[in-house]
Amino acid sequence: MFDVRPVDTDYVRHRAAQFRAQVERRLDGSLTEDEFRPLRLMNGVYLQLHAYMLRIAIPYGTINPDQMRMLAHLAEAHDKGYGHWTTRQNIQFNWPKLVEIPDMLDKLASVGMHAIQTSGNTIRNVTTDAFAGAAADEYLDPRPYAELLRSWSTDHAEFQFLPRKFKIAITGAAKDRALVQAHDIGLRLIQKDGQTGFEVWVGGGLGRTPMLGKVIRDFLPEADLLAYIEAIISTYNLSGRRDNKYKARIKITVHERGLDVFKAEVEEEFANRRRDFHGADREALAIFKDRFAAPAFRNAPTDGYEAERAKNGAFRSWTDTNLHPHKVDGYASVIVTFKTHGETPGDASADQMRLLADLAEQYGHADLRVTHDQNVVLPHVHKSDLPAIYAALQKAGLAVANAGLTSDIIACPGMDYCALATARSIPIAQEIATHFKNNGLEDEIGKLNIRISGCINACGHHHLGHIGILGLDRAGVENYQITLGGDGYDIPAIGERAGAGFPYDQVVPAVDRLLRAYLEVRADASERFIDAYRRLGPAPFKAALYPEPAHA
Amino acid sequence: MSKAFVPTAAKPGVITANDLREGHNVWMCEDGWTADPARATLFEDEAIADLALLKAVGQSNLVVGPYLVEARRGPNGPEPTHFREAFRQRGPSNYFHGIQTVKQAVTQTEASNV
Ligand code: HEM
Ligand code: SF4
Repeated sequence: MFDVRPVDTDYVRHRAAQFRAQVERRLDGSLTEDEFRPLRLMNGVYLQLHAYMLRIAIPYGTINPDQMRMLAHLAEAHDKGYGHWTTRQNIQFNWPKLVEIPDMLDKLASVGMHAIQTSGNTIRNVTTDAFAGAAADEYLDPRPYAELLRSWSTDHAEFQFLPRKFKIAITGAAKDRALVQAHDIGLRLIQKDGQTGFEVWVGGGLGRTPMLGKVIRDFLPEADLLAYIEAIISTYNLSGRRDNKYKARIKITVHERGLDVFKAEVEEEFANRRRDFHGADREALAIFKDRFAAPAFRNAPTDGYEAERAKNGAFRSWTDTNLHPHKVDGYASVIVTFKTHGETPGDASADQMRLLADLAEQYGHADLRVTHDQNVVLPHVHKSDLPAIYAALQKAGLAVANAGLTSDIIACPGMDYCALATARSIPIAQEIATHFKNNGLEDEIGKLNIRISGCINACGHHHLGHIGILGLDRAGVENYQITLGGDGYDIPAIGERAGAGFPYDQVVPAVDRLLRAYLEVRADASERFIDAYRRLGPAPFKAALYPEPAHA
Repeated sequence: MSKAFVPTAAKPGVITANDLREGHNVWMCEDGWTADPARATLFEDEAIADLALLKAVGQSNLVVGPYLVEARRGPNGPEPTHFREAFRQRGPSNYFHGIQTVKQAVTQTEASNV
């Protein structure tokens, strides 16, 4: 049953106080590590390779300037001056001390943030399109629905111990930038016969058994959202496999039982659950729709912007790559990439976070989004303000014109931080980015999506990269498998393994051969790597990766 | 890391864990736990190592997740044999953070002692 909690600050403070007491009991010996581990995980605290890690929720990637400043403060006061944006639109701090985490949670609570359900077998952060409420191709803003799902799933008593973690993504745009097919449940806002509703996808996920989701409902009226989602998750809660962690995700449940059987169970459960929803959810949705009302856009000339574009080549190329079309004339969404060549993908320093907060306040209707590709977006910027924003970003080393290009790489922490890793991913990303900057090919290659994971858990979504790289441990040595042809956006596809893996120092040369082959075979500069791959099949690309040894 | 490692004279091992309060990596040494892996005690005997591991598990007020892992005898103390342990003993490759800063501090102290 759903009840609306207007602002959960009290609840969040209460949870922080609870965790403080749990840490005290762990330190004084009243709790063993076995008892404490599930408690810390419920609060986003992991133990990693070198230190504890705190994962903080950024619901559907939306964050305001004060919250961003708080993250900057935490980075400086409790970490080593930086944080890491994740593919699930969250942030991770890599070096907090256990004894300081209760203070961090208190500080987060003061700005309405927390780390609840960022770990464990619960419903995790609901993710969405980073351009929600702004994109030109959007049918409806998904954030009110995302907020409805967030408040409903937070502390949902029935769903605290699911067979496995559970991830929901929602989009309201024509182009799916939320990767709905790669989630346990994916929702696409659509219209049918003048009515708003959802196309509901189920059973997508990557990890060791990558699968794209399937449509379980062509059209779900919007009023039935929570009842239907509850029906799916409760069906999974009962029939999902708890005997084998690797078969516990809903994708396996749907796959093993068959979509038809699963769907029949869900529909039956839905008929029952529906009776328990008496409209509180719809009232909440109305409140949330108000909360996410569009800001007061202004009507101003964009001559200054055009003039700057004409005279400043660097600005022009940045606006060519790092802007996204806005639904309002004269506006754009700005993509601030955290992918400066040679830097760690997705790492933001405290100063950079503060700059984003200031820019959002000054020019961006106080709105910021963390994107699933580890960048940050200013969703609503008037074009006349772009020259000033660009100048400010440039000073902070954040004005690199590379959104969607070779160096805009998604990479998980890998063996540099993660206790589960089988190989490093960060330095591979750094080296690829630097290599294609130094050889000058990045601009020529154009749109390309490279994704790297440091183990089969696939946090870097390597299966969905046009080029995916997976780091493995082969007999005590790092080894990297390359997959080709994955796509998260236009025609969702799981990449196919190209062949034998490469040792660490052969990865950059292999990617170099691959991309040079692409430049040779593409029809023209407008044909992206993925398009050429689809047209020609894997053969020319495999030949480049694995050249025949020359015969003497 | 799941297979239990059994140390022998030919394949010795060290006991390592994370500091409970702060989280950094530590190794069991003669006088307790150290953040300098070169000071780790090298175990060459299964029974002695097992006993030490039991002791480590009993010190859950100090450390988290202790385990025995292979190491080799090096000129300055035990050295890692697998790259995962090498990273734990060094720190991340993208920043000068982690145990490598401890090692630097140790080297500086030694240098200032001569
Ligand atoms: C460093 C600590 C981390 C740990 C221990 C961890 C662990 C895991 C595990 C075990 C899974 C697989 C779950 C399953 O298949 O059942 C997973 C999935 C995932 N993780 Fe992480 N992760 C970490 C960090 C990250 C980071 C930094 C990101 C983003 C950059 C991330 C994004 C994801 C995503 C998107 C998935 C879902 C893949 C899928 O569709 O199955 N994780 N994580
Ligand atoms: S993919 Fe593996 S190495 Fe990378 S963050 Fe996830 S669990 Fe760690």
